[in-house]
Amino acid sequence: MTPQDGPLPVALLDYGGGNVHSCHKALVRAGIDTRVVSSPHELGGTRGFVVPGQGHFRQVMEAFDASGFRAPILAAAASGEPVFGICVGMQMLLDGSEEAPGVQGLGLIPGQVLRFTPAPGAQKVPHMGWNSVDKVGDSALLRNLFCPAYAYFVHSYYVPITVDVEAGAITEYGVPFWSVISQGNVHATQFHPEKSGEVGMAVLRRFREQVLGAVQPA
Amino acid sequence: MTKRIIPCLDVQNGRVVKNVRFFEDHRDAGDPLTLAQAYEQQQADELVFYDITATHEGRKLMLDVAARVAEAVMMPLTVGGGVESVADFRQLLLAGADKISVNSSAVRRPQLIREASDHFGAQCVVLSIDAKRRPDGSGWNVFVGGGRIDTGLDLLAWAQEGERLGAGELCLNVMDADGTRAGFDLQATRAVSDAVNLPVIASGGAGRVQDFYDVLTEGHADAALAASVFHFGELTVNGVKAELKQRGLNVRPAWSDV
Repeated sequence: MTPQDGPLPVALLDYGGGNVHSCHKALVRAGIDTRVVSSPHELGGTRGFVVPGQGHFRQVMEAFDASGFRAPILAAAASGEPVFGICVGMQMLLDGSEEAPGVQGLGLIPGQVLRFTPAPGAQKVPHMGWNSVDKVGDSALLRNLFCPAYAYFVHSYYVPITVDVEAGAITEYGVPFWSVISQGNVHATQFHPEKSGEVGMAVLRRFREQVLGAVQPA
Repeated sequence: MTKRIIPCLDVQNGRVVKNVRFFEDHRDAGDPLTLAQAYEQQQADELVFYDITATHEGRKLMLDVAARVAEAVMMPLTVGGGVESVADFRQLLLAGADKISVNSSAVRRPQLIREASDHFGAQCVVLSIDAKRRPDGSGWNVFVGGGRIDTGLDLLAWAQEGERLGAGELCLNVMDADGTRAGFDLQATRAVSDAVNLPVIASGGAGRVQDFYDVLTEGHADAALAASVFHFGELTVNGVKAELKQRGLNVRPAWSDV
């Protein structure tokens, strides 16, 4: 199938390190034509990737590499295909993480993921619950979205705002961090859109309309 | 960071029991799905389903409940009750639960917390603790078996052990307060919250909005869980949150995509 034949489904990567089931439901509910893909051979006839992620950075990266996704995803991202990382799937897009020193991330966004510092009695780790999201610049995922919006987070590591991206959103948990990033064709949310009610659905709809739009007309 | 308000529903053989009454129309108030959607509309921040079924058949029905609810709502879903093994965790997580709570089974075999945390991540392991004040007032003991069996474990020591073993969150039910509607036990909640670096959900005793306010401020709780006050419609989740917000607490407001 060639692009001229019509819109192609987005590939939701099932490499053994993400909550694929709930992501899949949410993407479908947002009207996104989605194919769950568990090996690179199944990528034919798809365009764009959703990278879910849950668990330890080392485990998810190792699972990702073991399923053979690194090379095809880097090549596709370089060719301009849309990428959408969720939670640890966002952290995977960076060079690496304090959680697993020496483990190589995908390096699509230069920078390192850091760990929250617990503050006894005040700041618990993980950062778990609903927190506010405020736009910085014009991220396609948040275009015309009313902010502050509240989204559901569960994580102990974060992308610091010293990481240089074109646009996104910032959330504060002891330190400010990127809760959404957009850099060219690469997008990600630290929160779980699939668990974030109407806000999550609004973000996924924008992924469909604003990012996939060119290849998956509504 | 917002404070969370969490309704809790008891499920037996796939149906919500304790006669939830807040519907004025004739919707099926025993259907977990109907209730989950109603609470989602009320801006509940999470939902907890607690399986009180004792039979194998009932357990299978709980998997179906988790799957149907997770299909329909976009908020975190915790399931607890009778979870004994990593295999039980896996089944419920695959069905669509986001977090699993363990209580008696973790007291019997603390390594369950470690195993589940290593397999699925700390974020999905909620250690739920039932506690009662010791007669001499020196602290609280951990109880199991629905409050009948004193384990002799000290509440704070067990909470810290749970954290060390890899729990991602604690849910504290102080049985002296449970069902009284006389307010959460602020002293116990605060002691636990200050003793660990995990989010703490306070449970047991909610009667008025003031009780939520107190436990989320003075009690140092990160979230408050309640059952009957919501089910009977005496309080609504959004009503509680509106009042908490008015009093200066950070709660998740209603939102619409304008």
